[in-house]
Amino acid sequence: MARMKFLCDAERCIECNGCVTACKQENEVPWGVNRRRVVTINDGIVGAEKSISVACMHCSDAPCMAVCPVDCFYRTDDGVVLHDKDLCIGCGYCFYACPFGAPQFPQTGAFGLRGKMDKCTFCAGGPEPDRSDAEFKKYGRNRLSEGRLPACAEMCSTKALLGGDGDVIADIYRERVFRRGKGSEVWGWGTAYGPGRPGASPPQPARKS
Amino acid sequence: MKRLSSFVATALALAFGLAACGEREQVVVYKQGKYQGKPDAKPWDSEPLAMAGSGKWTKGDRVSWENQIKERQMNQHEGTRE
Repeated sequence: MARMKFLCDAERCIECNGCVTACKQENEVPWGVNRRRVVTINDGIVGAEKSISVACMHCSDAPCMAVCPVDCFYRTDDGVVLHDKDLCIGCGYCFYACPFGAPQFPQTGAFGLRGKMDKCTFCAGGPEPDRSDAEFKKYGRNRLSEGRLPACAEMCSTKALLGGDGDVIADIYRERVFRRGKGSEVWGWGTAYGPGRPGASPPQPARKS
Repeated sequence: MKRLSSFVATALALAFGLAACGEREQVVVYKQGKYQGKPDAKPWDSEPLAMAGSGKWTKGDRVSWENQIKERQMNQHEGTRE
Protein backbone atom coordinates (compact mmCIF):
# COMPACT_ATOMS: atom_id res chain seq x y z
CA MET A 1 0.00 0.00 0.00
CA ALA A 2 1.17 3.49 -0.72
CA ARG A 3 0.30 6.33 1.60
CA MET A 4 -3.05 7.29 3.03
CA LYS A 5 -4.24 10.59 1.57
CA PHE A 6 -7.30 12.78 1.24
CA LEU A 7 -8.36 14.27 -2.07
CA CYS A 8 -11.28 16.70 -2.37
CA ASP A 9 -12.94 17.16 -5.73
CA ALA A 10 -13.85 20.86 -5.93
CA GLU A 11 -16.22 20.15 -8.85
CA ARG A 12 -18.33 17.99 -6.58
CA CYS A 13 -18.13 19.60 -3.14
CA ILE A 14 -21.43 21.32 -2.36
CA GLU A 15 -20.36 22.85 0.96
CA CYS A 16 -22.83 20.76 2.90
CA ASN A 17 -20.36 20.39 5.80
CA GLY A 18 -21.34 16.76 6.14
CA CYS A 19 -17.67 15.83 6.49
CA VAL A 20 -17.21 18.36 9.29
CA THR A 21 -20.24 17.01 11.11
CA ALA A 22 -19.22 13.38 10.56
CA CYS A 23 -15.77 14.09 11.99
CA LYS A 24 -17.17 15.93 15.00
CA GLN A 25 -19.65 13.20 15.74
CA GLU A 26 -17.37 10.22 15.13
CA ASN A 27 -14.48 11.54 17.21
CA GLU A 28 -16.48 13.57 19.74
CA VAL A 29 -14.32 16.58 19.00
CA PRO A 30 -14.75 19.29 21.69
CA TRP A 31 -16.23 22.73 21.14
CA GLY A 32 -13.90 25.17 19.46
CA VAL A 33 -11.90 22.48 17.70
CA ASN A 34 -12.54 21.64 14.07
CA ARG A 35 -10.38 18.91 12.70
CA ARG A 36 -11.95 19.44 9.30
CA ARG A 37 -13.31 22.58 7.66
CA VAL A 38 -14.93 23.41 4.36
CA VAL A 39 -13.31 26.38 2.62
CA THR A 40 -15.24 28.24 -0.08
CA ILE A 41 -13.87 30.76 -2.53
CA ASN A 42 -15.86 33.19 -4.69
CA ASP A 43 -18.81 32.64 -2.39
CA GLY A 44 -22.08 33.61 -4.07
CA ILE A 45 -20.60 34.23 -7.51
CA VAL A 46 -22.50 31.99 -9.90
CA GLY A 47 -20.22 29.61 -11.74
CA ALA A 48 -17.10 30.66 -9.86
CA GLU A 49 -17.90 29.35 -6.39
CA LYS A 50 -15.75 26.41 -5.36
CA SER A 51 -15.45 24.59 -2.08
CA ILE A 52 -13.01 22.08 -0.72
CA SER A 53 -12.86 20.23 2.51
CA VAL A 54 -9.57 20.71 4.35
CA ALA A 55 -7.98 18.87 7.26
CA CYS A 56 -4.56 17.44 7.99
CA MET A 57 -3.24 16.25 4.65
CA HIS A 58 -0.84 13.75 6.26
CA CYS A 59 2.08 15.22 4.36
CA SER A 60 4.85 12.91 3.19
CA ASP A 61 7.37 15.48 4.45
CA ALA A 62 5.33 17.01 7.24
CA PRO A 63 6.49 20.46 8.45
CA CYS A 64 4.78 19.91 11.81
CA MET A 65 7.06 16.96 12.45
CA ALA A 66 10.10 19.02 11.53
CA VAL A 67 9.36 21.91 13.89
CA CYS A 68 8.03 20.06 16.93
CA PRO A 69 10.44 20.80 19.81
CA VAL A 70 9.46 17.69 21.74
CA ASP A 71 9.31 15.34 18.73
CA CYS A 72 5.83 14.10 19.52
CA PHE A 73 4.90 13.37 15.87
CA TYR A 74 5.29 10.06 14.12
CA ARG A 75 4.24 8.54 10.82
CA THR A 76 2.56 5.16 10.67
CA ASP A 77 3.39 2.48 8.11
CA ASP A 78 0.42 3.70 6.06
CA GLY A 79 1.72 7.26 5.93
CA VAL A 80 -0.67 8.71 8.52
CA VAL A 81 0.87 11.53 10.58
CA LEU A 82 -0.09 11.18 14.24
CA HIS A 83 1.13 12.62 17.52
CA ASP A 84 1.43 11.72 21.18
CA LYS A 85 -0.71 14.04 23.29
CA ASP A 86 1.08 12.97 26.46
CA LEU A 87 4.22 14.54 25.07
CA CYS A 88 2.73 17.59 23.36
CA ILE A 89 3.33 20.84 25.23
CA GLY A 90 0.84 22.89 23.21
CA CYS A 91 3.49 25.35 22.03
CA GLY A 92 1.76 25.94 18.70
CA TYR A 93 4.84 25.69 16.47
CA CYS A 94 3.09 23.04 14.37
CA PHE A 95 0.20 25.44 13.80
CA TYR A 96 2.55 28.04 12.35
CA ALA A 97 4.35 25.45 10.24
CA CYS A 98 1.27 23.75 8.80
CA PRO A 99 0.19 25.19 5.42
CA PHE A 100 -3.35 23.90 5.95
CA GLY A 101 -4.02 25.21 9.46
CA ALA A 102 -4.69 21.65 10.58
CA PRO A 103 -3.41 21.71 14.17
CA GLN A 104 -6.09 22.95 16.56
CA PHE A 105 -5.80 23.93 20.19
CA PRO A 106 -8.67 23.69 22.66
CA GLN A 107 -8.98 26.93 24.61
CA THR A 108 -11.03 25.98 27.58
CA GLY A 109 -9.23 27.81 30.36
CA ALA A 110 -8.92 31.45 31.31
CA PHE A 111 -6.43 33.90 29.81
CA GLY A 112 -6.30 32.15 26.45
CA LEU A 113 -4.88 28.99 27.94
CA ARG A 114 -3.88 26.69 25.13
CA GLY A 115 -4.33 22.96 25.49
CA LYS A 116 -2.60 20.14 23.74
CA MET A 117 -2.75 20.05 19.99
CA ASP A 118 -5.59 18.20 18.31
CA LYS A 119 -5.80 17.36 14.63
CA CYS A 120 -7.24 14.94 12.12
CA THR A 121 -5.92 11.43 12.74
CA PHE A 122 -7.23 9.93 9.49
CA CYS A 123 -9.47 8.09 11.97
CA ALA A 124 -6.41 6.09 13.02
CA GLY A 125 -6.43 6.92 16.73
CA GLY A 126 -3.08 7.46 18.40
CA PRO A 127 -0.40 5.86 20.58
CA GLU A 128 -2.75 4.15 23.02
CA PRO A 129 -4.09 0.59 22.86
CA ASP A 130 -6.30 0.33 19.78
CA ARG A 131 -10.03 0.90 20.38
CA SER A 132 -9.42 1.63 24.08
CA ASP A 133 -11.23 4.35 26.04
CA ALA A 134 -7.94 6.21 26.49
CA GLU A 135 -7.42 6.28 22.72
CA PHE A 136 -10.95 7.45 22.05
CA LYS A 137 -10.80 10.22 24.67
CA LYS A 138 -7.50 11.59 23.42
CA TYR A 139 -7.60 10.97 19.70
CA GLY A 140 -11.06 9.79 18.68
CA ARG A 141 -12.17 6.64 16.95
CA ASN A 142 -9.69 4.25 15.36
CA ARG A 143 -11.62 3.30 12.24
CA LEU A 144 -8.59 1.96 10.41
CA SER A 145 -8.23 -0.74 13.06
CA GLU A 146 -11.90 -1.57 12.37
CA GLY A 147 -11.16 -2.03 8.67
CA ARG A 148 -12.85 1.23 7.73
CA LEU A 149 -11.83 4.52 6.17
CA PRO A 150 -12.19 7.98 7.75
CA ALA A 151 -15.77 8.90 8.57
CA CYS A 152 -15.63 12.20 6.65
CA ALA A 153 -14.77 10.50 3.34
CA GLU A 154 -17.15 7.62 3.80
CA MET A 155 -20.00 9.97 4.75
CA CYS A 156 -19.50 12.41 1.89
CA SER A 157 -22.80 12.46 0.04
CA THR A 158 -21.41 13.54 -3.34
CA LYS A 159 -18.20 11.55 -2.90
CA ALA A 160 -16.27 14.79 -3.37
CA LEU A 161 -13.99 13.87 -0.50
CA LEU A 162 -11.99 10.75 -1.19
CA GLY A 163 -9.81 9.12 1.45
CA GLY A 164 -7.50 6.15 1.26
CA ASP A 165 -4.44 4.89 -0.53
CA GLY A 166 -3.12 7.82 -2.57
CA ASP A 167 -2.74 5.75 -5.72
CA VAL A 168 -6.25 4.31 -5.54
CA ILE A 169 -8.04 7.59 -4.89
CA ALA A 170 -6.00 9.31 -7.61
CA ASP A 171 -7.20 6.59 -10.01
CA ILE A 172 -10.81 7.16 -8.96
CA TYR A 173 -10.40 10.90 -9.43
CA ARG A 174 -8.67 10.47 -12.79
CA GLU A 175 -11.53 8.42 -14.14
CA ARG A 176 -13.97 11.14 -13.08
CA VAL A 177 -11.94 13.78 -14.88
CA PHE A 178 -12.01 11.66 -18.05
CA ARG A 179 -15.75 11.27 -17.87
CA ARG A 180 -16.65 14.88 -17.27
CA GLY A 181 -13.74 16.39 -19.21
CA LYS A 182 -12.77 19.03 -16.64
CA GLY A 183 -11.41 19.53 -13.18
CA SER A 184 -7.81 18.52 -13.77
CA GLU A 185 -6.54 22.00 -13.02
CA VAL A 186 -7.61 21.79 -9.42
CA TRP A 187 -5.20 19.12 -8.30
CA GLY A 188 -2.60 19.22 -11.03
CA TRP A 189 -1.84 17.27 -14.12
CA GLY A 190 -0.27 14.25 -12.46
CA THR A 191 -3.18 13.50 -10.18
CA ALA A 192 -5.77 14.04 -12.87
CA TYR A 193 -4.13 12.39 -15.86
CA GLY A 194 -1.25 10.40 -14.50
CA PRO A 195 2.38 10.96 -15.41
CA GLY A 196 2.93 12.95 -18.58
CA ARG A 197 3.74 16.33 -20.02
CA PRO A 198 1.61 19.19 -18.65
CA GLY A 199 -0.54 20.69 -21.37
CA ALA A 200 -0.60 17.59 -23.56
CA SER A 201 -3.89 16.04 -24.58
CA PRO A 202 -5.17 13.68 -21.94
CA PRO A 203 -5.30 10.00 -22.84
CA GLN A 204 -8.74 8.79 -23.86
CA PRO A 205 -10.61 6.67 -21.35
CA ALA A 206 -10.96 2.99 -22.10
CA ARG A 207 -14.49 2.34 -23.34
CA LYS A 208 -16.43 -0.47 -21.82
CA SER A 209 -17.83 -2.87 -24.38
CA MET B 1 67.07 27.90 30.27
CA LYS B 2 66.48 31.49 29.37
CA ARG B 3 66.34 30.59 25.67
CA LEU B 4 63.90 27.80 26.36
CA SER B 5 61.55 30.04 28.34
CA SER B 6 61.65 32.72 25.63
CA PHE B 7 60.91 30.02 23.04
CA VAL B 8 57.95 28.77 25.06
CA ALA B 9 56.72 32.33 25.56
CA THR B 10 56.95 33.00 21.82
CA ALA B 11 55.16 29.75 21.00
CA LEU B 12 52.37 30.56 23.45
CA ALA B 13 52.05 34.09 22.13
CA LEU B 14 51.82 32.77 18.59
CA ALA B 15 49.28 30.15 19.58
CA PHE B 16 47.03 32.68 21.35
CA GLY B 17 47.60 35.40 18.83
CA LEU B 18 46.73 33.29 15.83
CA ALA B 19 43.87 31.45 17.48
CA ALA B 20 41.35 33.94 16.04
CA CYS B 21 42.63 33.36 12.53
CA GLY B 22 41.25 29.84 12.38
CA GLU B 23 38.07 29.32 10.35
CA ARG B 24 35.26 27.38 11.84
CA GLU B 25 32.19 25.97 10.14
CA GLN B 26 29.40 28.42 10.87
CA VAL B 27 26.56 26.65 9.11
CA VAL B 28 24.26 24.93 11.55
CA VAL B 29 23.52 21.35 10.66
CA TYR B 30 19.97 20.55 11.69
CA LYS B 31 19.24 16.99 12.59
CA GLN B 32 15.87 15.41 12.08
CA GLY B 33 14.28 14.68 15.43
CA LYS B 34 13.24 11.22 16.41
CA TYR B 35 9.83 10.36 17.78
CA GLN B 36 9.99 10.41 21.57
CA GLY B 37 6.47 9.23 22.40
CA LYS B 38 4.83 5.91 23.06
CA PRO B 39 4.77 3.16 20.42
CA ASP B 40 1.52 2.63 18.54
CA ALA B 41 -0.11 -0.64 17.55
CA LYS B 42 -0.65 -1.55 13.91
CA PRO B 43 -4.25 -1.46 12.69
CA TRP B 44 -3.99 -5.00 11.29
CA ASP B 45 -3.11 -6.31 14.76
CA SER B 46 -6.70 -5.82 15.90
CA GLU B 47 -9.45 -8.37 15.46
CA PRO B 48 -12.17 -7.47 12.97
CA LEU B 49 -15.32 -6.28 14.71
CA ALA B 50 -18.15 -8.76 15.00
CA MET B 51 -20.74 -6.18 13.96
CA ALA B 52 -22.08 -6.03 10.43
CA GLY B 53 -20.26 -3.61 8.15
CA SER B 54 -16.90 -4.25 9.67
CA GLY B 55 -14.42 -5.85 7.37
CA LYS B 56 -12.86 -9.25 7.30
CA TRP B 57 -9.15 -9.82 7.68
CA THR B 58 -6.85 -12.09 9.60
CA LYS B 59 -5.47 -10.60 12.79
CA GLY B 60 -1.81 -9.72 12.35
CA ASP B 61 -1.85 -10.19 8.57
CA ARG B 62 -1.12 -6.86 6.94
CA VAL B 63 -1.93 -8.02 3.40
CA SER B 64 -5.42 -9.20 4.29
CA TRP B 65 -6.09 -5.93 6.13
CA GLU B 66 -4.91 -3.95 3.12
CA ASN B 67 -7.24 -5.96 0.90
CA GLN B 68 -10.11 -5.08 3.20
CA ILE B 69 -9.17 -1.37 3.03
CA LYS B 70 -8.86 -1.57 -0.77
CA GLU B 71 -12.34 -3.05 -1.00
CA ARG B 72 -13.62 -0.26 1.19
CA GLN B 73 -11.87 2.37 -0.92
CA MET B 74 -13.60 1.20 -4.05
CA ASN B 75 -16.96 1.96 -2.42
CA GLN B 76 -16.06 5.59 -3.05
CA HIS B 77 -16.03 4.91 -6.78
CA GLU B 78 -19.60 5.04 -7.99
CA GLY B 79 -18.51 3.62 -11.37
CA THR B 80 -17.66 0.26 -9.85
CA ARG B 81 -19.96 0.21 -6.85
CA GLU B 82 -22.61 -2.46 -6.89
